[in-house]
Amino acid sequence: MNRQIIRLTYVALTLVGVLVAMTTYWQTWAAAGLADRQDNAVKRVADFSIDRGLIVARYPFRRLARNVHHVVGGKTLYFRRYPQGPLTAQVVGYSTVGKSRTGLERSLNDYLTASNANLSTLVNKALDELRGKTVQGNNVVLNLNLDAQKTALEQLGSNCGAVVALDPRTGKVLAMASSPSYDPNLVENHYQAISRIKARCTPASPLLNRATAGLFTPGSAFKVITASAALESKKFTPGSIFYDPGYCVVYGKQVHNFAAESGGPEVFGRITLADGLVHSVNSVYCKIGLALGAKRILDTAKRFGFYEIPPLETPTDERRASGLYDKGRLYYPRRDSDVDAGRMAFGQERMLVTPLQMAMVAAAIGNEGRLMEPQLVDRIVTPKGHTILRRRPKLIRQAVRKSTAREVADMMRRVVQEGTGTAAQIPGYSVGGKTGTAETGVPGVNTTWFIAFAAKDESRPPEVAVAVVLQNQNGVGGTTAAPIARAVMQAILSSRKNP
Amino acid sequence: MTPRNRELAALFVAAGVAGAALSTVTIEVSHRAAGYGAVFAALYLCAHVVVRRTVPYADGGLLPLAALMTAIGLTTITRLDPQDGGRQALWVVIGVAVFAATLILLRDDYRVLESYRYLFGVAAVVLLLLPSLPAIGERINGARLWVHVGPLQVQPGELAKIFLILFLAGYLREKREVLAQGRLKDFGPLLAIWGAAMLVIVQTNDLGSALLNFGIFLAMLYVATGRALYVAAGAGLFAAGSAFLYEALAHVQERVTIWLHPWTDERVYCALNGKLEYRQDCASYQLVKSLYSIANGGFGGTGIGRGTFTSTDGTQLIPYLRTDFIYSAIAQELGLIGAAALLLLYMVFVVRGMRIALRAEDGFSKLLAAGLTFGFALQTFIIVGGVLRVVPLTGITLPFVSYGGTSIVANFLLLAGLLLVSNRANYPK
Repeated sequence: MNRQIIRLTYVALTLVGVLVAMTTYWQTWAAAGLADRQDNAVKRVADFSIDRGLIVARYPFRRLARNVHHVVGGKTLYFRRYPQGPLTAQVVGYSTVGKSRTGLERSLNDYLTASNANLSTLVNKALDELRGKTVQGNNVVLNLNLDAQKTALEQLGSNCGAVVALDPRTGKVLAMASSPSYDPNLVENHYQAISRIKARCTPASPLLNRATAGLFTPGSAFKVITASAALESKKFTPGSIFYDPGYCVVYGKQVHNFAAESGGPEVFGRITLADGLVHSVNSVYCKIGLALGAKRILDTAKRFGFYEIPPLETPTDERRASGLYDKGRLYYPRRDSDVDAGRMAFGQERMLVTPLQMAMVAAAIGNEGRLMEPQLVDRIVTPKGHTILRRRPKLIRQAVRKSTAREVADMMRRVVQEGTGTAAQIPGYSVGGKTGTAETGVPGVNTTWFIAFAAKDESRPPEVAVAVVLQNQNGVGGTTAAPIARAVMQAILSSRKNP
Repeated sequence: MTPRNRELAALFVAAGVAGAALSTVTIEVSHRAAGYGAVFAALYLCAHVVVRRTVPYADGGLLPLAALMTAIGLTTITRLDPQDGGRQALWVVIGVAVFAATLILLRDDYRVLESYRYLFGVAAVVLLLLPSLPAIGERINGARLWVHVGPLQVQPGELAKIFLILFLAGYLREKREVLAQGRLKDFGPLLAIWGAAMLVIVQTNDLGSALLNFGIFLAMLYVATGRALYVAAGAGLFAAGSAFLYEALAHVQERVTIWLHPWTDERVYCALNGKLEYRQDCASYQLVKSLYSIANGGFGGTGIGRGTFTSTDGTQLIPYLRTDFIYSAIAQELGLIGAAALLLLYMVFVVRGMRIALRAEDGFSKLLAAGLTFGFALQTFIIVGGVLRVVPLTGITLPFVSYGGTSIVANFLLLAGLLLVSNRANYPK
């Protein structure tokens, strides 16, 4: 029987050997993947024994997220507090036991808990653990300008909408506000209070970061892209002449210009491409759209970042790509005839965009066509003050030719000087902008836009670019959104003057 | 160095490890742990004295190994709940007493047990079916495993395993030549035991002990006859039976689904609350949480007393942590190093047990030692493998480590059996 016993021994040892192998698998190979899972309550609670890093804003230097500690069952646990309340709620997000994490609290969790794969911090963390010391997370410094952020949120008021402000030269995100907002301190124990928040839209969705994940019809603000596509094609110049009968014929149907309050659509007669933008004449852009075809315009839009999720430090699933949407999915037409190019050219059809994307468009036009990567984070610093990550400005691509960007920027300046966007004028600065008033299908209820940039003078690169969107408005972009854009830009420009 | 002195030396090492571990628990969790440590050392010293007097030539490694395993179990349970640690310590005392009593009773010749083989066989079947008697049985967590005797909860399945091995050792020793010829009529017992295993699954929903007992049976049949074909036929039968039961029993289906797909990306029907939930939040949440616990340990573990088992408000994150999932608690606090070391203890135990089977001189002793050792290894594999998602999870205990009185007592019986066989095999002629 001994031969059988020896074989049985091998079988028994193999069985236990498999257990060693699988334990190794779960504790090394699979451990990182499991740690990232949203439903991992063990990791989530374990993270609360770490003195989580702070999140602070640069201008003015304020803490956006800090910790309070409680001793629970002999263990010191660190819980989050958000001193600024609703001010940066959707961007910073929250870190709770019951509702997990969102925003930067989620995407930067590895840095905030010092478990990022940087050798020196990992060694320090291991040493802290061995010594039984509390692990301290790394601190995150954001580019946000809280004055501008406050202005944006106040100006949005009870409206549903969003504001994004960028530094066109570097891509730094200076303001990112979404309205209605909520107090992240209430998430853990008073979640009901958040679900009761009301605003001028239903559902109010205060948790949604409308700036990056809200999809809105761009309306005439999209004409900036159509104009860029027209100039890039070299078939048109800013001086190209159109005849405006007050409407444009698409598929045998008349598409009218925007109806002013005095009743009936405006009729401009002979008009240039540039004047068409200044006065936001739909028929001009409708004709450009039909002449270029949808795909050509969309390809220019892609150069500005459409059809990809814009890069940012927030979680990927809290950002959306801009473009045509069909049945809730991003859709790129196979043939030009699949899309009504005439209506798409002035931002209707199934075109949906995020405020972040439109701010990137305004910034790139102002910045001679250079599309910069938007960046919320300035740097990440260890508790001892050693910088482990500093973000450098990063060029995504040259979106359009320099000359095209300059010509479109000039047209946008005229919009603010003499066209539909005069409400955005700032004394002492050269401001360019574009209004948008998108129809929602319900008469008198529009989504209104204003995208803009502001520079000391025309020869210098702009210091700020902004996109403002408002839902469910009676008015037009020039009267509702443009004043908000001006206020936010002013807040940023004045803090630059006296830092 | 005689085996006994080696045993004593190794016991000091075990006492050192136990002392260190329990001191850590004392500092981190509860002062009671120090008391358990003192009891622990005294207890194993008594066990050693009994072994020295009754089975002086027995293998010197097994008792210290068992001591280390119980120490790890006791430490972990005390760390999770000091009161349960007290109960477990009491059960270890009872286990050692049963161990000593068995050695004293059977010190002259344990082979008398062979003549009671059929009694053991019947007792094993009765014990397995006891929990399905409505008057005393209790259904916990979907499986009928428990019997109430007065205030005590007993898991008869643990004892049934030992009795079954005794029966098989006696029966197969007698019939091995006949069985090896492979005549069709001799397959009767094989089919009978297969039928009994299926019946146990149907009656008690206890997949784990059916798999364990049938596995022990196949292993011993192979050792007795040397015919791998029998093992293949038996395994085939078991697979076919399981496949049939999979179709027939919702409980079995659910276990397999949880094993194959513990995570879902979409909400599925949840039988626990009747709503649509992700499976990781519903049916498979025990398994998934236990995997998170293991993963949280990483290479070096969090350290004893520093693992995360409760939420910030003190509620348990992982259910059945002291029994079925004790391995995931150990793996988190001791890490890969500690968990692998524990598994290594099991490996050494298996090697020493099988060596006893090799050295034994008569068929009954060989079969008994091999059966007990293989049962020990297979039980470890089924429960730890279930926790690690190697096999579907079934609720059985981790030998010497899990919380549970019957399990501790049964494993001390197993240890006594191995020492008795070893003593006889090493007896100087």
